[in-house]
Amino acid sequence: MSALDTLLWVAFPYASLTLLVAGLVWRWRSDQFGWTTRSSQLHEKAILRLASPLFHVGFLMVIAGHFLGLIIPKTWTDAVGFREQAYHVLATSAGSLAALLTVVGLVGLLWRRFITQSVRLATTRRDKVMYVLLTLPILLGTWATLSTQLFGQPGGYDYRETISPWLRSILTFTPQAEAMPTVPLAFRLHIIAGFLLFAIWPFTRLVHAVTIPVQYPTRPYIVYRARQASVSAAPTRRGWAPVDTTTAHEGAGSRGA
Amino acid sequence: MKVMAQIAMVMNLDKCIGCHTCSVTCKQAWTNRTGAEYMWFNNVETRPGVGYPHTWEDQDTWHGGWARTKKGRLKPRSGGRLARLAKIFANPDLPELVDYYEPWSYEYDKLLSAPKDSAAFPVARPVSQITGKPMDKITWGPNWDDDLGGSTETMSQDPVLAQMNLDVRTEIEQTFMFYLPRICEHCLNPTCVAACPSGAMYKRAEDGIVLVDQDRCRGWRMCVSSCPYKKVYFNHTTGKAEKCTLCYPRLEAGQPTICSETCVGRLRYLGVLLYDADRVGEAAAVEDPQDLYPAQRSVLLDPYDPQVVAAARRDGVPESWIQAAQDSPIWALIDTYEVALPLHPEYRTLPMVWYIPPLSPVVDQVTASGNDGEDHKILLTALSTMRIPLEYLAGLFTAGDTRPVERSLRRLAAMRSYMRDVNLGGAGDEDIAGAVGMSGAQVEDMYRLLAIAKYDDRYVIPTTHPETPRGIAALGQDVSDLIGAGDGSPEACSVSTFHGQSTLRMTSRGRAAAAASAASQPSTPGRVNLLDWGGDEHASGLFPPAPSEGSDR
Ligand code: HEM
Ligand code: SF4
Ligand code: SF4
Ligand code: SF4
Repeated sequence: MSALDTLLWVAFPYASLTLLVAGLVWRWRSDQFGWTTRSSQLHEKAILRLASPLFHVGFLMVIAGHFLGLIIPKTWTDAVGFREQAYHVLATSAGSLAALLTVVGLVGLLWRRFITQSVRLATTRRDKVMYVLLTLPILLGTWATLSTQLFGQPGGYDYRETISPWLRSILTFTPQAEAMPTVPLAFRLHIIAGFLLFAIWPFTRLVHAVTIPVQYPTRPYIVYRARQASVSAAPTRRGWAPVDTTTAHEGAGSRGA
Repeated sequence: MKVMAQIAMVMNLDKCIGCHTCSVTCKQAWTNRTGAEYMWFNNVETRPGVGYPHTWEDQDTWHGGWARTKKGRLKPRSGGRLARLAKIFANPDLPELVDYYEPWSYEYDKLLSAPKDSAAFPVARPVSQITGKPMDKITWGPNWDDDLGGSTETMSQDPVLAQMNLDVRTEIEQTFMFYLPRICEHCLNPTCVAACPSGAMYKRAEDGIVLVDQDRCRGWRMCVSSCPYKKVYFNHTTGKAEKCTLCYPRLEAGQPTICSETCVGRLRYLGVLLYDADRVGEAAAVEDPQDLYPAQRSVLLDPYDPQVVAAARRDGVPESWIQAAQDSPIWALIDTYEVALPLHPEYRTLPMVWYIPPLSPVVDQVTASGNDGEDHKILLTALSTMRIPLEYLAGLFTAGDTRPVERSLRRLAAMRSYMRDVNLGGAGDEDIAGAVGMSGAQVEDMYRLLAIAKYDDRYVIPTTHPETPRGIAALGQDVSDLIGAGDGSPEACSVSTFHGQSTLRMTSRGRAAAAASAASQPSTPGRVNLLDWGGDEHASGLFPPAPSEGSDR
């Protein structure tokens, strides 16, 4: 394995994941006020109403697909009697559908972002960088799937023999990148673009995907908070969280404005 | 019973002159920023009219407030928890900017920079604050139908009118008009809070103020559409929701809200109410919408009832707040005199800004027809025959039940003629008071509160520190400190000294931006908080720097 390969398939993924994790922790601690979707629906609603759900649902399917294909070892699916052929058909059809939703949604989002005037003017430089680095892996991934799985040799390319073990070796801190140089170019480019996206994730509006409001369905509708323990209305019940004003960090003084 | 305290407001609509001072001072204090240009935490609408944002009362379109399910439970009209999460990627009920209006400013500097002898008359063109482009024709604004201007085109879209029949509508257009100042209702059962997926919105346990935690808001913009009064706004620059704060930094220091303080008509009242938090859900879920007004009143607790006082102490309501609840002008107007009514109780949020309906449309009509507008017999007869204003007001305040509106207006009418007798040197006519179920002494008390109440009687606000003076006393010290009363004067209680800050807090980003702009534009004077400036020491930034040596001035 050449030095370049080690750089690309060992050093770079670790650098990117370090930025992802450390960046998220740093931003969570220092910039709660900036942690938002920065919704642009106020400026434009008609396209967003279609494009955003399409993109998000598609992308969440893509995430689920990547999890299944990359994290779960082939031996496990084999063990439960899930044959390679069946897996391939399922993965390719569901993956193509997800890609279709994502790409159509993405085109809509990009259109309103850069063509609709009021949305364009509300676009920051970070948004532009984010959209470039978001679009790249999506297009490369679609190309990789089309060129190898749909229109490639029969049976497609079995990434579960090469890419998946490599990724798991990275995630378990036992990096083994020997197989990577043999992977088709489209996949290799897609992977690099993907890790670039991870690297900038914490510094863009994409952080909103980390704070999915999963607790909402179990919460009481009305939230009460007490200003100070000394004057609060006792007793404390479910859904009542006191605000701690003594350990106020930056920005906490502006609560409620 | 769980006793909680709420700071509530009452506005006496008869006295509103529609001057918009409240809106402007609120804007200067709270929404004079990028991304907030279109927000009016306080707005004043002409009714009948479409309001701001456009037709906000049309809940078939906006799906704000609560709906009662078949089982008698409450659910936000826009859907329950899972339905909301399903709609999170694009909120189908969210108003667009055009539903508010596209905010604009004018190129004022063109007036100053125009060449001296230019043949063309200098003009300040309107410029959009969203796109930065000139707006050739402004076609909508936050009070476009002010004073019924242009109402022939838009009035028929008023959602309250839409509930009435056509004859009524055409007649109303000729007969009557009044102003409706609106702020956030700081509801007992707020849908905005219920709809917030991240739990960033909350109701403060001590005073019931509904706030958005700016650090925890994630921009899911569900509160905006769920508030039936459309009083949560989305800051499109910061990506966070913002709303009326009831000026809590001032209330905590015992001072009235800015919109109340600056109200030209002196028509706003602020005070404490005690209520039973355990019964809020039950009251908001009564079946018939017309029962919501009495149901909401039944949640409010009598602050003179010894049992209530004992329960309030048990539940941790401070003594000064119980006292304030007993002195509360709000309780008097809602319960003792029964003249104040809630705005759109049918939204089931139990709003906490109430209104005294305006009698003036009736009086104007009576005097215009050549009759005595202060004679109680004529007024009370007019009230029972002039159904139209009554029905419209009932559409606003009581879900269509005209009886409470009529009672309120009859009491106001009786007060008019009773007090005329008194002012003309006679004894008040007990029959007039009796005709509306009051005693003469009660009518006079009500008159004192409605017509001539002093600052401290209109605003009964306990501070969060009982030892700090409140009301006009605190204001007096503020003023004396401002003009420099000299050594030995008591320490001022201004809003920022009360909160233990000599200067306004800034985020690190704000400080960096301020430093950068100061460096790049050295001739721009900085900001000085005049209210806290003692008048004796040097305040840097108050004046532009002196011209440097060698310049020819
Ligand atoms: C389940 C988790 C997620 C939720 C609830 C969510 C929700 C949202 C919401 C509410 C918006 C604002 C749309 C608007 O009003 O303008 C948004 C925007 C956006 N989201 Fe997500 N999101 C999630 C996950 C993701 C993921 C995984 C991505 C991956 C790339 C993503 C990419 C984006 C982008 C690019 C925008 C900007 C759209 C624009 O141009 O305005 N989101 N998301
Ligand atoms: S009026 Fe105020 S408290 Fe009530 S739902 Fe709207 S924003 Fe919330
Ligand atoms: S209470 Fe304060 S924030 Fe609310 S409308 Fe009045 S001035 Fe504005
Ligand atoms: S300042 Fe007072 S009188 Fe003027 S519009 Fe506002 S509420 Fe009405």
